[in-house]
Amino acid sequence: MPKGKLTFDHERCKGCGLCVEYCPQKILYQDKKTLNDSGYNIVSVSEPDKCIGCAFCAMMCPDSVIKVEVDK
Amino acid sequence: MTVKYEKTKGLTDKPLSYCPGCTHGIVHKLVGESLVELDILDRAIAIASVGCSVFSYQFFNCDAQQAPHGRACAEATGIKRVLPDNIVFTYQGDGDLASIGIAETIHAANRGENITVIFINNAIYGMTGGQMAPTSLIGQKTTTSQDGRNQADHGNPIKISEMFKTIEGVAYLERVAVNNPKNVIRAKKAIKKAFKYQKEKRGFTMIEVLSSCPVNWGMKPVDALKWIESDMIPNYPLGVFKDKGADDEKN
Amino acid sequence: MAKVLMKGNEAIALAAIKGGVDAFYGYPITPQNEVPEYLSKHLLANGKVFLQAESEVAAINMVYGAAGAGKRVMTSSSSPGIALKQEGISYIAAAELPCVIVSVMRGGPGLGGIQPSQADYYQATRGGGNGDYQLIVYAPESIQETIDIMKESFDIADYYRNPVMVLVDGLIGQMMESVDFDKPVKERFLPEKDWATNGTMNHPGKRNIANSLQIDPKALEQHNIHLQEKYNTVKKNEVRYELINFDDPEYVIVAYGTMARICRSAIELLEKEGISVGMIRPISLFPYPKEAFAKIPDKAKGILTCELSQGQMLDDVLIANNGKHKVGFFGRSGGMLPDPEEIVEAIKNFNERVVK
Repeated sequence: MPKGKLTFDHERCKGCGLCVEYCPQKILYQDKKTLNDSGYNIVSVSEPDKCIGCAFCAMMCPDSVIKVEVDK
Repeated sequence: MTVKYEKTKGLTDKPLSYCPGCTHGIVHKLVGESLVELDILDRAIAIASVGCSVFSYQFFNCDAQQAPHGRACAEATGIKRVLPDNIVFTYQGDGDLASIGIAETIHAANRGENITVIFINNAIYGMTGGQMAPTSLIGQKTTTSQDGRNQADHGNPIKISEMFKTIEGVAYLERVAVNNPKNVIRAKKAIKKAFKYQKEKRGFTMIEVLSSCPVNWGMKPVDALKWIESDMIPNYPLGVFKDKGADDEKN
Repeated sequence: MAKVLMKGNEAIALAAIKGGVDAFYGYPITPQNEVPEYLSKHLLANGKVFLQAESEVAAINMVYGAAGAGKRVMTSSSSPGIALKQEGISYIAAAELPCVIVSVMRGGPGLGGIQPSQADYYQATRGGGNGDYQLIVYAPESIQETIDIMKESFDIADYYRNPVMVLVDGLIGQMMESVDFDKPVKERFLPEKDWATNGTMNHPGKRNIANSLQIDPKALEQHNIHLQEKYNTVKKNEVRYELINFDDPEYVIVAYGTMARICRSAIELLEKEGISVGMIRPISLFPYPKEAFAKIPDKAKGILTCELSQGQMLDDVLIANNGKHKVGFFGRSGGMLPDPEEIVEAIKNFNERVVK
């Protein structure tokens, strides 16, 4: 199973939650405690080790928040 | 580690002006990625229309013009005729293309103008506050059809891809949706193919994209994508309506 | 090229080619059809662009596109067609793109008629489109003058990055005259169009945008102030008019285009009767030749504005005169052309013509 690593450009995030919904591993969550400068809850990874690098989250993000790197 | 996905250089760094969860952003990315992957970004000219995408000239990382409401295909024609080796595309919503700009779009298609039209169908007027669009569904409540669209008063939703299929000058026409990763991958393939056809000077290409408008539909972004699946796709079936390239290969 | 006999509309088309037009986009309407007909043959034969659009609305937006792309581009139409083009014209003026618009006026309002008229003075100089913008408007009186202005109009449009309108009527469009296409055009320094939306490969590191949207009111006001500064430069540099028989005239006629031709005949008839009448013939309608009115002798008995309309340029005459002399008006409309004798009568009975 490939390993993925996600990097977030939090300031671009509008907190829409599409990435959370379409993550097949269900490891993304909206961090209700942390807001960006625009006032949106940012997205975090609960269990980074489970990321498979599928990039569905990044693909579904309308605002180009997420960068995905993979270990092949 | 290798980069599998990052913000495309086909878009500028300016944050998008769209509402949270609006899928305009996804389509913008697909356009930007296609232009980069086909190595045509530096000769591309985007035509922004009127509606939510009026600001799209700020986002596509290429030259751009901002057209009057509905006139994007006329403006694109004007450019393409004098700069036939550039890549010219319009980015239009359903009010712009299917209502006020239907004549310009049909005639550009009929002339086989070698341009690409990205047509965002979200079944509503977003920018002006959720009024009924020509593509609004029967029963859909909008600020100008508050009891829901009905056929007797408003006519049926206009099916653009089905109409344009009959036009000889159309080289490629596909309806896609951006409501889940699988469909986004298909949409990307379609958009890239349309630009590839333009690069090969095959004629008029249009991709109709079923897109969401969470704010004016009164839904959460995720629910809006589910409504595309449950309500829009049954009314606007996905698929390739015309592909002259494939037809040529068959013959 | 020696002198040739040519119809006005065809001369307009050939002059456009001589002026370096790259593309024409238009839609058929009487009485200007020979312009696109001529260009359809000769532009395409020379590898240039000619396209008959699906409507005037589409045509002017094609002009917008090609002008933004940095090409020399034009359209032509007539009154109701120019009305349809106002949307695009406003956008082109706002985005500061150069183009040439030929308007061959016919009688209005509405569908009106197809005979010569000057009832679109307001449309040309005040604009039917939205916002504070101006076209540079020339109203020649002969085919030769139309040719000379057409050839120069592309340079003027490029120089100011502004639409230029060449305003004639159906008479000039349809009549024939012996003309010379080789008169030299004033040389202007025309900078490279480094603003053209022709792909970043042509200007690396910089995106060019043709746009009229300014959502920030401060920025929009600044843009409007900038446009007004440009129009003020146009007013300073581009005023054109002719003074005819201006050696101590008793009365002064103000007329342009076809009406000025008729007034020339009237002035000759009046001269035979011992009445000296001069004429201010505005050639540029915007900028309007206000300074010409300062040359009217103080003791002149009055100014008669003559138009093929119910009185539109009259407003500019009243503004330019600024209450100094009595101003009268004579007009025919709907495509009716007056005999010179009617103008002779109007001068003789000037007091009945005075505008209150």
